[in-house]
Amino acid sequence: MLLIQCPHCGDRNSDEFTFNGEIVPRPDADADPATWRRYLYMKSNGDGWQTERWFHVSGCRRFLRVERNLDTNEIRDVRDYGDPS
Amino acid sequence: MSQHRLGARPGEVIDRDQPVEFKWNGKTVRGFEGDTIASALAANGVRVFSRSFKYHRPRGILTATYHDPNVIVQVGEDPNVRGAHQRIEAGMDVRSQNTWPSLGFDVKTVNRLVGRFLSPGFYYKTFIRPQSLWPTYAKVLSRFAAGGDVDPNHAPANFDHRYAHVDVLVAGGGPAGMAAAIAAADGGASVMLVEEEHDLGGHLRYGNSQDLEDLRELKTSVMTRPNIEVLTDSVVSGRFDHNWVSVVQRTIGHVEERLIQARVGALVVAAGTLERPYVFEGNDLPGVMLSTAVRRLINLHAVKPGDRAVVMTSNELGDAAITDLESAGVDVTKVLDARQGETVVKVSGGRRVKTVADSSGNTHRADLLVMAAGWTTPTSLLNMAGDRPKYSPEAARYLPLQLPDNVMVTGGMAGSGSTNELVDHGSATGAEAARRTKGEEPQPVPKLRPGIQPELYRSSTHGFVDYSEDVTSKDLISAAREGYDSMELAKRYTTVGMGPVQGKVEAVNAVAIHGEAVDNSLLETATTTWRPPYAPIRLGTLAGRKYEPVRYSAIQDWHEAYGYTPILAGQWVRPDHYGDPAAEVNAVRNGVGIIDVSPLGKIDLRGTDVPRLLEFVYVNKWSRLDVGKVRYGVMCAEDGVIMDDGVTGRLADDHYMMTTTSSGAGSVWNWLDDWLQTGFPSWDVRMTAVTDGWTSINVAGPRSRELVSRLTDIDLHPGSFGYMEVRTGTVAGIPGCFVWRIGFTGELSYEIHSPANHGLELWEALLRAGHDLGVTPFGLEAQRIMRLEKGHFIVGQDTDGLSQAHGFGVDWAIKMDKPDFAGKPELRFQAEHGEYPRLVAIQTLDPEVVPDEACQIISETGGIIGRVTSSRMSPTLGRSIALAQVEHTSAAPGTRINIRLTDGKTVTASVLQQHAHFDPDGSRLRA
Repeated sequence: MLLIQCPHCGDRNSDEFTFNGEIVPRPDADADPATWRRYLYMKSNGDGWQTERWFHVSGCRRFLRVERNLDTNEIRDVRDYGDPS
Repeated sequence: MSQHRLGARPGEVIDRDQPVEFKWNGKTVRGFEGDTIASALAANGVRVFSRSFKYHRPRGILTATYHDPNVIVQVGEDPNVRGAHQRIEAGMDVRSQNTWPSLGFDVKTVNRLVGRFLSPGFYYKTFIRPQSLWPTYAKVLSRFAAGGDVDPNHAPANFDHRYAHVDVLVAGGGPAGMAAAIAAADGGASVMLVEEEHDLGGHLRYGNSQDLEDLRELKTSVMTRPNIEVLTDSVVSGRFDHNWVSVVQRTIGHVEERLIQARVGALVVAAGTLERPYVFEGNDLPGVMLSTAVRRLINLHAVKPGDRAVVMTSNELGDAAITDLESAGVDVTKVLDARQGETVVKVSGGRRVKTVADSSGNTHRADLLVMAAGWTTPTSLLNMAGDRPKYSPEAARYLPLQLPDNVMVTGGMAGSGSTNELVDHGSATGAEAARRTKGEEPQPVPKLRPGIQPELYRSSTHGFVDYSEDVTSKDLISAAREGYDSMELAKRYTTVGMGPVQGKVEAVNAVAIHGEAVDNSLLETATTTWRPPYAPIRLGTLAGRKYEPVRYSAIQDWHEAYGYTPILAGQWVRPDHYGDPAAEVNAVRNGVGIIDVSPLGKIDLRGTDVPRLLEFVYVNKWSRLDVGKVRYGVMCAEDGVIMDDGVTGRLADDHYMMTTTSSGAGSVWNWLDDWLQTGFPSWDVRMTAVTDGWTSINVAGPRSRELVSRLTDIDLHPGSFGYMEVRTGTVAGIPGCFVWRIGFTGELSYEIHSPANHGLELWEALLRAGHDLGVTPFGLEAQRIMRLEKGHFIVGQDTDGLSQAHGFGVDWAIKMDKPDFAGKPELRFQAEHGEYPRLVAIQTLDPEVVPDEACQIISETGGIIGRVTSSRMSPTLGRSIALAQVEHTSAAPGTRINIRLTDGKTVTASVLQQHAHFDPDGSRLRA
């Protein structure tokens, strides 16, 4: 159970959140099918630091940007999705 | 007093004034309060407690702890109880396991006679061919399998969960653990001290008088500190990310077991050491015991473990066992000092030790062989914290290497020392743990000495490494020779470490002996991964209390009073029917009925950009929806899969009400929030989930207009309130209602939404006002029948996680000329490829046969080409009707398909032109 520092609610268990994966910009609607299918189905599944999206569904209901280390699960930055990084 | 029970011992934990009677294999035996099952039986002269897993060899007490592989018993209806840990209770029915037909005479010992020893992989190799015989093999082999009896009628029991947030959690209540708890508490931390045994003290409990004095002092100090919570007979079963720690609390009384989940500032691991056996021929005979086992029996339970002992010692605690044995009147006939190179080579005997052969070639007559061969550090929690403990040849054990700042280690796991040294290290660790939880910069704690212990793993002979799984040193070496040269592979092949004690007794011996065969040392041989839980946990404990919240509509009391049959739909308790669903259908089709549809998801949307949002999340067009109109919409996820459907109406200029399926209410709400927050944050849309704020009642049937018109001033004339329109107004005297004219049932119907606190009032008003019309309440089942007659799909029943919108009869709604919407790119891809399954309405040729939902549709060649997703007997049509998903090649109208029924028979059905079985033109709902 991760501990996530919600900028609105404070330290909360990760079971209050839903995990939405790595943040990848949505391609243009007219982009070619290969681009779209890569976006939809291919995850980079890397290591090291990743910026990902979490939804604090059982809390403030805000979508958050979370920087998490995929090797250690360390979390170093959590901000509202709309806040400039 | 029994000849095996000793006189009073200074540290004994039994209460001689409290005799306890219990049953062992049907016979009544007597122990004392405080005895474990093992100690009480040993005091009664029992030496054989079980038969081994594969060879059915007699086995006796080995470790006398929770982790004793040989003393696992059935207690009442509970199998696999740890007999060397579980205390006796009056009337307990204790039986030995895996001993068909009896503990004394065991026919399965034939295994031993036939094959002498079964080689690793014996079962795999022997019973693999012919495959057709496997069911027969399985039946026979299962009689030989280990484990107790599970009672399928086991009475439900209470289990519990607790959440705790402590600054410092100390795993292990020995001297170092207690000292750490005291120092952390004095540093201002809240502390939880968890001890696996029945009392604090660790090895001091069965130590000498100085040990007992030290223990009293430490324990008093712990108990007088209000900020230390002590949990005994409890175990830290896992350490997870960000110091999330699980503790299983066993003896609580009113619940069977409790799972504590704690977010801890610092975890101090003080789990001590486990003594490990030495491997030699006959090392599993009853009467071969660890030095700590005999000290526990003598000092804690006043049990004499034997009459004549040979002791192999290699350390101070082994030496102390000699003193204890002598004080208990055991004749120590020979001491083999492994530090001087003297070891045991072979133990012989039938059902217990008779002679001991040593490395000098001498043979000694004895009924007890005590071995002090070294220590295993149970590093599980450290491994779970990311450490890779390093083997120290001087200490002959693994020691911690690198831990995160919030996990610290003390006591025997960190090194060796006198009680004072251990206490000092514990104190320093506890104080530092408390400092760290305050966010102070971590400082190192001075290290303990690693300790000195000769490396003793195997004698010149072969013996058992894993007592639970009957794996010998020979098996490990032959596995290595067969090519299983990685420990991880050898473990799986030989099953070493996979039995009930999960490596605690055997893991290091296994690594050492396997390493011997692959010609590298322990240092190069990776240990196997330690995963949670550290000790067994009952499934009920993980499940916790049965606690499943449900939701009720405002009309629930009426439904109950009216004798409804409830059904759980998502989280909602809903009326399935009030007695006869078919009669409810007929009442609606021929007159008027009312149904409570309050669980329908409702989302209130306001703002100038609501049309843009609707245009984006629905596949159809929303840009021109006038005030007073409602529209049906389908939502797709970005992968083109149908996510939800429902009706949205425009109540005022910038005020919309969206409805969702009952089960989709939450996910649609999240989906809209997602787009509004991450996609289009500048849009002017204010969204409120209002499902519970409104009571929703659908009034359906040809006479619904007549009924509703009696209660409202809203003009219901078809010319002014048409199909797919919405009006706001007062209904039954309740202001602020909105009414929309839609029809899931296929009949003329009005869905009235009133403020929830007036829901029951509205329901009762409708029943009163429609009494002469025969107004009938109907439930979910009647509604499901009617929607199936109309061919409306239910998202999640007729569709699934792979249902792409194009196959589901909503092509008309998908507007690819919109510049963008959720799912558009993938829907475009689907449209171009076209080979998705289709939803079709089907009718069996025999109108009486209703295929069960989920029955498969079979092709000519026997392949599966689809399944029935909904089916019912239609009261309206008097025949069987269904919806089904089929491959696109079988979806054309008129296609004959074969359905394999639950009983194995096949029934033929025909694909319809359209989804609706009844009134395909929709003339009834437009009336």
